[in-house]
Amino acid sequence: MSAPLLEIENLRVSFPTQKGIIDVVRGVSFTLGRERLGIVGESGSGKSMTGRAILKLIRAPGTIRADTFRFDGIDLLKQTEKAMRRIRGARISMVMQDPKFSLNPVMTVGEQIAEALQTHQRLSRRETQKRVLTMLEAVRIDDPERVAGLYPHEISGGMGQRVMIAMMLIPEPDLLIADEPTSALDVSVQAQVLDIIDEQVRRKGMGLIFISHDLNLVSSYCDRILVMNTGEIVEECQAGELRNAVHPYTRGLIAAIPRLDETRDELPVLDRSAWVAK
Amino acid sequence: MTALSLKHLDISYGETQITHGISLDIAEGESFALVGESGSGKSTVLKAVAGLAPQWTGSITVFGQPRSHGIDQHFARHCQMVFQDPYGSLHPRKTIDAILSEPLAIHGIGNQNSRVEDMLVAVGLDRKFRFRYPHQLSGGQRQRVAIARALMLEPKLLLLDEPTSALDVSVQAEILNLLKRLRRQQNLTFLMVTHNLPVVSFLCDRLAVMRHGRIVEIADVADLKRGALQEPYSRELMDISVAHAG
Repeated sequence: MSAPLLEIENLRVSFPTQKGIIDVVRGVSFTLGRERLGIVGESGSGKSMTGRAILKLIRAPGTIRADTFRFDGIDLLKQTEKAMRRIRGARISMVMQDPKFSLNPVMTVGEQIAEALQTHQRLSRRETQKRVLTMLEAVRIDDPERVAGLYPHEISGGMGQRVMIAMMLIPEPDLLIADEPTSALDVSVQAQVLDIIDEQVRRKGMGLIFISHDLNLVSSYCDRILVMNTGEIVEECQAGELRNAVHPYTRGLIAAIPRLDETRDELPVLDRSAWVAK
Repeated sequence: MTALSLKHLDISYGETQITHGISLDIAEGESFALVGESGSGKSTVLKAVAGLAPQWTGSITVFGQPRSHGIDQHFARHCQMVFQDPYGSLHPRKTIDAILSEPLAIHGIGNQNSRVEDMLVAVGLDRKFRFRYPHQLSGGQRQRVAIARALMLEPKLLLLDEPTSALDVSVQAEILNLLKRLRRQQNLTFLMVTHNLPVVSFLCDRLAVMRHGRIVEIADVADLKRGALQEPYSRELMDISVAHAG
């Protein structure tokens, strides 16, 4: 494999509070090639903040620091806000959790996808329209011409998430960050949406960072997994090896999931006394 | 004794009919699950029982008493509901103490102080949370408050609408254990809506699979655990769940 797409060393994201500066990401390091990487952890583990930091979407007064923070040879920390705007969407893009809040309610689906493309490329109207329809087809929307003319409230959650994926993939980025892309969706639709992401990532040879709290989901859609807890990576393993995880936190998370053939009378619970005492 | 009996229940929102001829019998002390995709009408059934979807025909009987279409104070003593989203279901400007005392005040029940305190202990919340506001609590703690509020009137039937789907797996485990323990201690009957089959397997005795407003299958949880559901649609749901578990 060629040079890594993303190199991060000792990433820290901090926010000032009344009680002093709090680090929500504390010294995270990893490299990413053109592969599928999963980041799992509970709420507050810093997994989403890590994802947002890569796009420099941490608003002041929050700060990002790192020893190395390179994407495709570009030092992200040195980029101005204007330069970042050329990277966001075009090179790295992000699928958010809930299509209901992430799509513009007063623009049609087609217009929004076209806007994502036109921001980064100069194309004729006809060419743009053609690309939008092809993209909608690629995310398995059956009747792309009709759907392109609809507003977000006229489509279902699953379809909304496919529209968002289309919007994120149309500028053909090198890296896709998916932050809980299916948490707002039904189980049956979830699989479909993830299959689409998977298919597109494989076909275009992109890198994928899949952020989720669902260990099973991450292990079935990624090659490699990072487990985060309180801002740190506590375990790194190949997706297939998750069952053999060694860190007590990871083992605790796996044990807490009920199974379809459940026989336990009580589910094991993580010992949180260490946190509460603080 | 039958805790909840639904007969030919057709529920509508305006012109749109949501459910078609739902009939169910849940025994006292049983834990029963309604499963299905969004739009299958499973939450609507729960809402109709709770009185939040008053436009229905057929019959709803709780512990032998037919339910009226309106607000029914007597009914509220026997049947309470816990909602999906612990962030949306608690009043943001009331303390936990006020939230838990309100049902007692409405029903004219005395001894509020000790009842609130006992309930906090029962749901595993420290006493220091009593005079805090919901925003000072985590999602799991809030869901404990929501469960506590539902139990303040000592109901016998608890309606649970996806009680853990907004929570992390480790917190989900805590809440599921809590529900299981409370049910055992207080001999509660559960009617739970969920799309998570492993949760059903852990917490319930029987389940009904719903699709397009109809019940397609009622089965024992033992059948679910053995993977022996009969209907093709139920098997489809089961397969998705298995594929998920990797």
